[in-house]
Amino acid sequence: MKIALTAKGTEWDSMMDPRFGRTEFIVIYDDEKKELSHYDNRAIESMAHGAGPRTAKKLFELDPDILLTGNGPGGNAAAVLKNSQVKVFVGAGDMTVKEALEAYKSGLLKSF
Amino acid sequence: MKIAIASGKGGTGKTTLATNLSAYLSEEEKVVLIDLDVEEPNSGLFIKGDLVHKEDKYKMIPLWEQDKCTLCELCQEVCNFHAVIQLTDQIMVFPELCHSCYACSELCPTSALPMVQQKMGELKHFHLGNLSFVESRLDIGQEQAVPLIAQTKKYINTHFSGEMIQLYDAPPGTSCPVIEATKDADLVILVTEPTPFGLHDLTLAVNTMKELKKEFGVIVNRHGIGNDDVLEYCLKEHIPVLSKIPNDRRIAELYSRGELVYQKFPEINKQLLKIKNYILEMKNGKAQ
Amino acid sequence: MKEIVVISGKGGTGKTSITASFAYLGGKDIVVADCDVDAADMHLLLEPDFAKSEDFYSGFIAKIDQDKCTQCGKCADVCRFDAIPVVDGQHWVESLNCEGCGYCPRVCPADAIIMEEQNVGQWYVSTTKTGSPMVHARLGIGAENSGKLVARVKKEAKNIAQQNHKNFILVDGSPGVGCPVVSSLSGANFVVLVTEPTVSGLHDLKRVHELVKKFNIRAGCIINKSDLNHRVCEEIEDFLKKENIVLISRLPYDETFTKAMTEGQTIVEYKKNGITATLKKSWKKVKQTA
Repeated sequence: MKIALTAKGTEWDSMMDPRFGRTEFIVIYDDEKKELSHYDNRAIESMAHGAGPRTAKKLFELDPDILLTGNGPGGNAAAVLKNSQVKVFVGAGDMTVKEALEAYKSGLLKSF
Repeated sequence: MKIAIASGKGGTGKTTLATNLSAYLSEEEKVVLIDLDVEEPNSGLFIKGDLVHKEDKYKMIPLWEQDKCTLCELCQEVCNFHAVIQLTDQIMVFPELCHSCYACSELCPTSALPMVQQKMGELKHFHLGNLSFVESRLDIGQEQAVPLIAQTKKYINTHFSGEMIQLYDAPPGTSCPVIEATKDADLVILVTEPTPFGLHDLTLAVNTMKELKKEFGVIVNRHGIGNDDVLEYCLKEHIPVLSKIPNDRRIAELYSRGELVYQKFPEINKQLLKIKNYILEMKNGKAQ
Repeated sequence: MKEIVVISGKGGTGKTSITASFAYLGGKDIVVADCDVDAADMHLLLEPDFAKSEDFYSGFIAKIDQDKCTQCGKCADVCRFDAIPVVDGQHWVESLNCEGCGYCPRVCPADAIIMEEQNVGQWYVSTTKTGSPMVHARLGIGAENSGKLVARVKKEAKNIAQQNHKNFILVDGSPGVGCPVVSSLSGANFVVLVTEPTVSGLHDLKRVHELVKKFNIRAGCIINKSDLNHRVCEEIEDFLKKENIVLISRLPYDETFTKAMTEGQTIVEYKKNGITATLKKSWKKVKQTA
């Protein structure tokens, strides 16, 4: 199983990025290999409008099973994600990557 | 004659002035009031008339035709607004991000993105004696006001004589929708408050009007609160002050209930007469 | 660190005066971010020093290189915005009309058109009169606030808050329901909705709350000028209850708002008045709830 997280860094103790569209990184946790990989999304900063759907497209391509984030995607981004199988969980905005994963596994995050 | 009523800042009394002035003018003249604040059209809360016409307004957006598409990604590449996105085996269009530039549609090598109409809002036309009232309302979720403002102006140009007094209630601020709403006006009236916020935002609006080379004047609303800085600024910049509407809590109360105020306050009647005379003088000057 | 965003769908509700008062009460514990860049007025009350400024670029505009242009007119043919008129036999771009779609350079056979990124304004990092850091921006004529600019201002504010161990970021949010306000809300911990009991005030409150709900952010509400219309005020309170929005406080219709502003002061530093006590309680409640 692949779990994607919106984060400000690429490590276990990096803080989560509560934003979806303008998240700095998408961190991917591979449940079988127990490894982290990441996608650098910082180029999104240069976009005036439409950041949400762009990041959602990237996520669509990375094709994770689960997404953990802070406040949740906006309308346009949610429309893109509807086309994927990903299940979105929110409320992890103030955690580290590690804490967010643990919170998800303990069922503490809310389904979007 | 086209008169736009604008303000740098929201909440200065632009709609109150537009509705009261048009009702007042219509006692003797033929007037049309047009609410171009299409994101939050509030004039209709104050002006009630008989609905004479209603029409949907459309913008053009690309529609994906799957069977013609080769998934070449060109549409996604040419769209500067990121309104077209290619997911692995499909194209998604985001109508509210689309600026209707036609680039994706016309550059598509297999014509798989024809432009189609999409509803963006609704125009309504009312009658009340000498007063005609037209308002357009952007549908929720639509973000671009400019195309709807442009189409509403077109409707006015085809249905009303240029000789008539046309009052345009413009959106607040100094960005694109305001420019669209004021760019063909013969006169722009800027409504402000005699406060530091009012002055700061008025300065921005004045600079915009100067850039557009517009003739403009100022109306000071809630005169009596704050200070004289706005008046001094107008004097220094040689900007005509058309009128000063006194500050009165009772006006705010009537506004909160959606009522017109001028019939109830002789002082406001007097101020509206001043504005009327200014407009008529200018109109007659233009006619000569 | 908590991010508190103050918004109000409608103008003139007193949002900026209230936010500036909170900023004053928060003192050195906060970083202020002014994201209401279309009507950025908070600097008039907080006296930031504009210590550091940087140009801000956003959006593109077409530019025709007359040396390369063959005046074939293809660009004007494809332009849907009437932005390429012909003057004295030469095609040129009317920048106020150009939407920056980038269609014309794609059809120009002479490669004479480039898309130039626009300098639309500046953003600043300042210290205010209370000693708190403040990030703010100023836009040029015809330039629009964007999600990009709001994100930039908030990011800078966040960096400063982290480096200086501040507890709160206080954001004066953008108006309307479009991209800038989405960006204002994105990443927030708590939203303060400022409204007034007028027909339009209630209407705009409902619209903007739709957005807040989508983002799952907890919200509180301040009803300003609450005694202006008791019936609409009750309607607002019913709405708050139904939507689970905390009623933070009701403020009376009071000209202190204007008087303090005229002195260049926030309400809470202005001489004795009837609202300061309520504002102090409100700020405390916001901090506790956030």
